[in-house]
Amino acid sequence: MSENILPQQFQQQSWVKHLTIFDWLYAVAMLVGCVYAYNEYASYMDEYEIGILFLTGASLVGLGWAWKPFRLLFIIVAALSLIAINIYNPAMQALASEGITGQTAIDVLTDDSEKSKFFLKFLISSTSATMWMSALFFMATITYFIELFGRSEFAGKVATAMVWSAVTMGLVGLMVRWFESYLVGSDVGHIPVSNLYEVFILFAIITAMIYLYYEVRYETRAMGGFVLLIISASIGFLLWYHFDKGASEIKPLVPALQSYWMKIHVPANFVGYGAFALASMIGIAFLIKERALRKNPAGLLASRLPATDILDDVMYKSIALGFAFFTIATVLGAMWAAEAWGGYWSWDPKETWALIVWLNYAAWLHMRFTKGWRGAPMAWWAVIGLFVTTFAFLGVNMFLSGLHSYGEL
Amino acid sequence: MSSPKNNLHEQVKLHRKNVFLEFLGSMNLAISILVVLAIASVIGTVLQQNQPYNSYIIKFGPFWHEVYQTLGLYDVYSAVWFLVLLGFLVLSTSVCVYRNTPVMLREMRQFRLRAKQKSLLSMKHSSHWQVDAAKNTKEYILQKAKLYLGQFGFQVKDEAFEKHHTLVARKGGINRVGYILTHVGIVVICIGGLIDGNLSLKVKEWLGTIKVEQRDLTAKDVPAISRLKPGESVSFRGSITLPEGSTSNFVFLNVRDGYLVQELPFAVELKNFRVEHYESGQPKSFESDLIIHDKERKNFAATISVNHPLIYRGYAIYQASFGDGGSELDLQIRPFFVKPLKGNKAQQLAIKGEVSKSKTVKTPQGNYTLEFSDFKKFNIFPNTDKDSRKQFTNYGPSIIFKARDESGQAREYVNYMSPIKLEGRYFFLSGMRESVDQDYKYLHIPIDANATMERFFKFHEIINDDARVLQMARATVASNIKAEDKTNTKMQQQVATAMVRLVGLFRKGGYVAIDKDIQAKVPKEKQLTVARAYMGVLQTALENMYLLVLREEGLDVIKGISKRDGTFFEDAVSAMAGLGYYGTPFYLQLTDFTQRDASGLQIARAPGKNIVYLGCVLLIIGVFMMFYIAQQRFWLMIVREDGGENFDIIFAGNTNRNEFGFNKRYRLFAEQLKALLTDK
Repeated sequence: MSENILPQQFQQQSWVKHLTIFDWLYAVAMLVGCVYAYNEYASYMDEYEIGILFLTGASLVGLGWAWKPFRLLFIIVAALSLIAINIYNPAMQALASEGITGQTAIDVLTDDSEKSKFFLKFLISSTSATMWMSALFFMATITYFIELFGRSEFAGKVATAMVWSAVTMGLVGLMVRWFESYLVGSDVGHIPVSNLYEVFILFAIITAMIYLYYEVRYETRAMGGFVLLIISASIGFLLWYHFDKGASEIKPLVPALQSYWMKIHVPANFVGYGAFALASMIGIAFLIKERALRKNPAGLLASRLPATDILDDVMYKSIALGFAFFTIATVLGAMWAAEAWGGYWSWDPKETWALIVWLNYAAWLHMRFTKGWRGAPMAWWAVIGLFVTTFAFLGVNMFLSGLHSYGEL
Repeated sequence: MSSPKNNLHEQVKLHRKNVFLEFLGSMNLAISILVVLAIASVIGTVLQQNQPYNSYIIKFGPFWHEVYQTLGLYDVYSAVWFLVLLGFLVLSTSVCVYRNTPVMLREMRQFRLRAKQKSLLSMKHSSHWQVDAAKNTKEYILQKAKLYLGQFGFQVKDEAFEKHHTLVARKGGINRVGYILTHVGIVVICIGGLIDGNLSLKVKEWLGTIKVEQRDLTAKDVPAISRLKPGESVSFRGSITLPEGSTSNFVFLNVRDGYLVQELPFAVELKNFRVEHYESGQPKSFESDLIIHDKERKNFAATISVNHPLIYRGYAIYQASFGDGGSELDLQIRPFFVKPLKGNKAQQLAIKGEVSKSKTVKTPQGNYTLEFSDFKKFNIFPNTDKDSRKQFTNYGPSIIFKARDESGQAREYVNYMSPIKLEGRYFFLSGMRESVDQDYKYLHIPIDANATMERFFKFHEIINDDARVLQMARATVASNIKAEDKTNTKMQQQVATAMVRLVGLFRKGGYVAIDKDIQAKVPKEKQLTVARAYMGVLQTALENMYLLVLREEGLDVIKGISKRDGTFFEDAVSAMAGLGYYGTPFYLQLTDFTQRDASGLQIARAPGKNIVYLGCVLLIIGVFMMFYIAQQRFWLMIVREDGGENFDIIFAGNTNRNEFGFNKRYRLFAEQLKALLTDK
């Protein structure tokens, strides 16, 4: 028996024994939350949605156990969202007695009137939280570059904290928006992944979370500025979309989108998009590093950027993650299409472009696995991949018409 | 790095038997096909597919149209070359699986105990140390190493050789199964897709057993060669628009610039179609109550809605669209001319219309064909309330129709049934446009105290009655004339004639006509003065005629008129000023309707669907296995030179995924094993 012969320090404990009391509390809290949601809202959900609820709970437990910082993130997001809901509920009732309801009431609580609620107005209404997220992402981008070029470890820590805060506020924004959509109208309420405005927030959050995972894993903050650039670009678009087009308005769902499939298809897709975007930015960092090594090996860039094999590894991992989730998302999309449009594949422009993206990364992965391609060509390819992905994500909605016209500009 | 992959390729090369198979299964071919497929797919999204050929000819000109059509670019995804490419992808993938699977399965089972000392030492992850042979036995070392590695979930096997003993720990061989699953998955998906594709239809068309119909026929007139019996096509996707109360046992399949009729083994009847709306007027749900009539089974009722199709006997019935199924309309024709319509003494004529049908109306200006294109029960638009908050208002029912004159020119109209409030007053609204790309220009007819158009049309009638206009002009001149001019009848005559002429111009083309008249006849420097004078005269004339209307209604106008009646006058005059451009010589008023909806159903049969789903599941499982289960292998070789005092221990490892994570693990293992084995 192993216990008899292997000294204690060599004995490997099973992963279950590695779980702390906090892990278990977290899991219990998740279970309680799911059961509460089930008790409260089961009558509004179909059996698929109930399944999705509990599977989501289980996945979040798994995610928290595998990636410890996620537990705290989850708890803070849940707490802030609950606070927002508890401010909204009595305030909305009070306004309803004055005959003010729906979007108008939400506006009253968050605008300049004397009836507005401080925390909603400045912090945790969905619009404010999203604005905080945007500001934090912008600041984090700059701070990461200060860290990179100023060799300031403190700046690096601040930048990381900012990204965590941005993710927190972004998630709070989405959660509260979900709740607000039901305040607008009980028949309007829906998960906030239904239009371009909402998925842009989702994109920024998911990309940032994937980055945060790799930051700890590879013990380097030098990739942060690059990844945050693409996030900032998406936030720039989000703000333009918000202020110029009024896109933040909560609108009811068209019949085709009223389906439990949306709850899984869209998030899976955005893990894919986020991972591909991240890979392309790492590709850029790789190319810069390689050039710096050639031109000026003693220079700042060459010394500060992570080693090329680390960048290569992150790029591969990220594309693999993206590919796996993009595959799932496309399959889920096909299954949804079979239910909503009468066929699992219609060569609709969005579908076709999803296939093109998929083929592109399939080819990328084949080159790496079987031909052993590494380095600059693969980095260039990952950067080009971003353009293909962006066209599938945005270009199709802007330039091509088809069934998939929910995210129109 | 000596990865098992490279080794694999070596082995594959040994098995090379057939150059052709080699080519088919080659990575270069597979990648090339992937890229070409991607590019072909791009063409299909940039060039709008399956449009009417006429629109392509207009877009590209006859020459390029011919070229594109021959290349099949209008339907890329079912073009022969595209299918051939897909076929090659399937073939290439199959060959790849066929060739690699045995090698991989062998690789999975193998421990590779026979690795040479040299190759272990040259591995990327490799280290060696010595253990005192006096204090340890080989068996003891092996036992400890086995226990240590075994607790990480490794399969361990060892073998004694002549001069050394090798122990191998391996894990994650299932990674190879991932490869097999993904590639088999792709093949399965393509097979399923092929079953559901329209290949059989293409073959039949090519053989000439079916022919695409291009004429606009009703379903029962479509000849047998363009009809498909139930079950004749393995899979299809067709559509049909069913008005409420109607039944169909076929669907139309759109094929390029024509169609086929696909018969069903049952009939679908639409009992009722419902649309629910959000407060904003956006559709919230579409539902169709259907009855399925099946001679072989019992009839039954079912309700379908978007995202909730009915699956029956392998046929899926989807809610796809909706439209008007021929609503019945009660209409009044209110002419803008004086003589009554033929055969009718009244100033208006009641007619009946039906959406998607047409009706001809005879007028002194010629015949007009009214083509009723749509009826809407609700027209909900956003606007702002008094506190400038957004709200939604329902403007009630409307009809959309085209009025085509004898020369074939058509204008499109949208007429609202009920008066609509604008700036505090109510109007009957009628929008007119000359082509679809224009915005509607609206005619605003003010309502009278009874919320009808009677006063407006009375006023209009008097203005258009030449005798009454002349009479009014004379009376006006007589009452307004100065005492010294009373005897000047010639002058009175002149003023009256001018007044009549101005009213005539106004009738024809509003203020614009008068303006044109001035510009044509009056010298430039006098135009402004004349215009002012004309406006004064016209205004007086119109006012006096309006007073006639009020008097006929029995109102006392001596003490002046109410503000409301004043506003009505202004609104009525501006409406009349625009009538010359309205197009039809009558106003079409919707008075009543019986709505009849139609539901657009899509009926599809896709027996390959479950095969495709199976392939998808294989693909997804395979992808995760391939990415996230790394094949790891560790070697521990114990060597004792003849008569040596120590055991030489060589510890090496390799993996095919996640080199970064493996490196960490290797260092931990090496460090711990070293401590463990040299312990004591």
